[in-house]
Amino acid sequence: MKKILSYIFGRIITVLLYLSGSVTSIIVVLIVIFLFSEGSGLFGKKPTEEGFIMAVNKTNNVKHLDAEQIKLIFDGEITNWKKVGGRNDSIILFRMDNITDFFTEEQRENPDSVIKLLGENYERLPQCISRVVEANPGIIAFVGKKYIDKNFAGKELKIDKITISDFLFGKLWFPTAHPVAVFGALPLLLGTFWVSIFAILFALPLGLATAIYMAEVAHPTVRNILKPVIELLAGIPSVVYGFFGLVVVVPFIQNTFNLPVGETALAGSIILGIMALPTIITISEDAIRTTPRSMKEASLALGATHWQTIFKVILPYSSSGITAGAILGIGRAIGETMAVLMVTGNAAVIPHTLLEPVRTIPATIAAELGEASQGGLHYEALFTLGCILFIITMIVNLAVEIISSRNKRVAS
Amino acid sequence: MYKIESKDVNLYYGEHHALKNISLQMKANTVTALIGPSGCGKSTYLRLLNRMNDLIENVRIEGTVLIDNKDIYARGIKIDELRKKVGMVFQKPNPFPKTIFENVAYGLRVNGISNKSYIEERVTRSLQNAALWEEVKDKLKKSAFELSGGQQQRLCIARALAIEPSIVLMDEPASALDPISTAKIEELIYELKDKYTIVIVTHNMQQAARVSDRTAFFYIGEVVEYNDTKEIFTNPKNQRTQNYITGRFG
Repeated sequence: MKKILSYIFGRIITVLLYLSGSVTSIIVVLIVIFLFSEGSGLFGKKPTEEGFIMAVNKTNNVKHLDAEQIKLIFDGEITNWKKVGGRNDSIILFRMDNITDFFTEEQRENPDSVIKLLGENYERLPQCISRVVEANPGIIAFVGKKYIDKNFAGKELKIDKITISDFLFGKLWFPTAHPVAVFGALPLLLGTFWVSIFAILFALPLGLATAIYMAEVAHPTVRNILKPVIELLAGIPSVVYGFFGLVVVVPFIQNTFNLPVGETALAGSIILGIMALPTIITISEDAIRTTPRSMKEASLALGATHWQTIFKVILPYSSSGITAGAILGIGRAIGETMAVLMVTGNAAVIPHTLLEPVRTIPATIAAELGEASQGGLHYEALFTLGCILFIITMIVNLAVEIISSRNKRVAS
Repeated sequence: MYKIESKDVNLYYGEHHALKNISLQMKANTVTALIGPSGCGKSTYLRLLNRMNDLIENVRIEGTVLIDNKDIYARGIKIDELRKKVGMVFQKPNPFPKTIFENVAYGLRVNGISNKSYIEERVTRSLQNAALWEEVKDKLKKSAFELSGGQQQRLCIARALAIEPSIVLMDEPASALDPISTAKIEELIYELKDKYTIVIVTHNMQQAARVSDRTAFFYIGEVVEYNDTKEIFTNPKNQRTQNYITGRFG
């Protein structure tokens, strides 16, 4: 009887373990599928609202425009058709709200003639728009499809669909711009890149120095105090780091460099660097300590000094472990959201110096997801950013995996 | 005059009294074998001669150790200078994860030698002296890990010889090797005697008998008997020595 019970008990445990393992795996796979299915919806869509078209005069030889060009035209930054491949003619913007601008002064002054032109309930608006478009060779009109007359005198301008290369290399990120949204993730990618790279440039030397000190120089008592303190650093919530950055680092940068605002890429790099330190220190220190004693003794027995031994034997021997630590540190920096969001200033522009505000991919997702309507273009674009982030961190983890497996091979 | 001379050396690992009143003298260009059961202090004594024991915490040393009539534990002695003079070969082959060439050149480079042709010449000569040259001359740029265990150990000997020490300490240099490699190392030790003073720790009685001129028998931190190798093996004065070399304990 007892035997059967313990057998059943064993079976139940096995089933439970099996279940928890498979459930976890399924959840992870589902999340990835969800991420990519939401994120891939962006491509092949028009970056404008459904039911609206871009119309130009029939004589206009421009056939299509991309989102970035339209955005610049409507911002008044491109004012001549020549710049977008058309003839030399200045661009006239037309929006539904300012149709009366195209009336003569006389028409505008007289309410009766306005009604006559547009109709009581705007029923003559389509014809009116058609006439306006016909009359102005340089016009570009953003109108709803329902206001397009059967005998529309203009022609529809094609808007380029969103492509992967537009998304990755586009220089403008205006997800809520009107009439077209512009999804160029380059500023965000560069922002992430800059902040992470400089974080690691700052954290790696410091972390490596600390690791060498702890593993090779420090007295065991010092090491036994230092190590838990550094591991404690990893346990501080990132929002606290962000708060620290906001209160200490940001004003410091603002005063030191005499800037209008202190929320800059530099502030983000410093905070991320501090956050990456525990990872770098712990992993590097472990790598340094696993250098076989026989290697150190061999070097010392040849008359090398302690420092020569550290630089010529210990560091090369533990280099793959140190690299793994650095890459994991970068991985943490790339994915970090809250602290960066708090200190980098969040301007989605391509940074030229470290002393400018930048915006990273995770910060963008965190900041914008709340205001993006579910299923909309903006929402999908944020998921695409999530996919990019996922791919980057996956590459980082793969790199660590490859490097540490090579390390194991060398050790054996 | 003796090359190495220790007088009443005591060594403590914390509370543990590991070496007790060791007094040994070794002449230049001789091979001295240190034998004895495990834990008897022979390796500790060997590591005393190039101050390798300094790496261990809680070590206390009393007495004097003279090399070329200089106290190597005196104040102001540069340990790295001492270790250039007193080379060491370890129990397990421990080449660096570098090329064969760089392994041998390492000692020269850390000594600040950067003349390329000089380094090449010294590396070649050291590999020749370690009887490894013929086997590796075509693959100097290959990793030292590609060599067999016996070759690696001879590489470690070449590495030690490259900085031209006058003393070579060997801590059971053949214990991890097969009989053929062991024979090669023993042959090598015999040849090296002309140029170097060699102190070798070994567990192998036959090896001690074959390669050494003098033998010291260590037992629980003491030197029980120190004499010409021939005398020790044919006519030991002490009963414990006799028991040990005839294999009755140890």
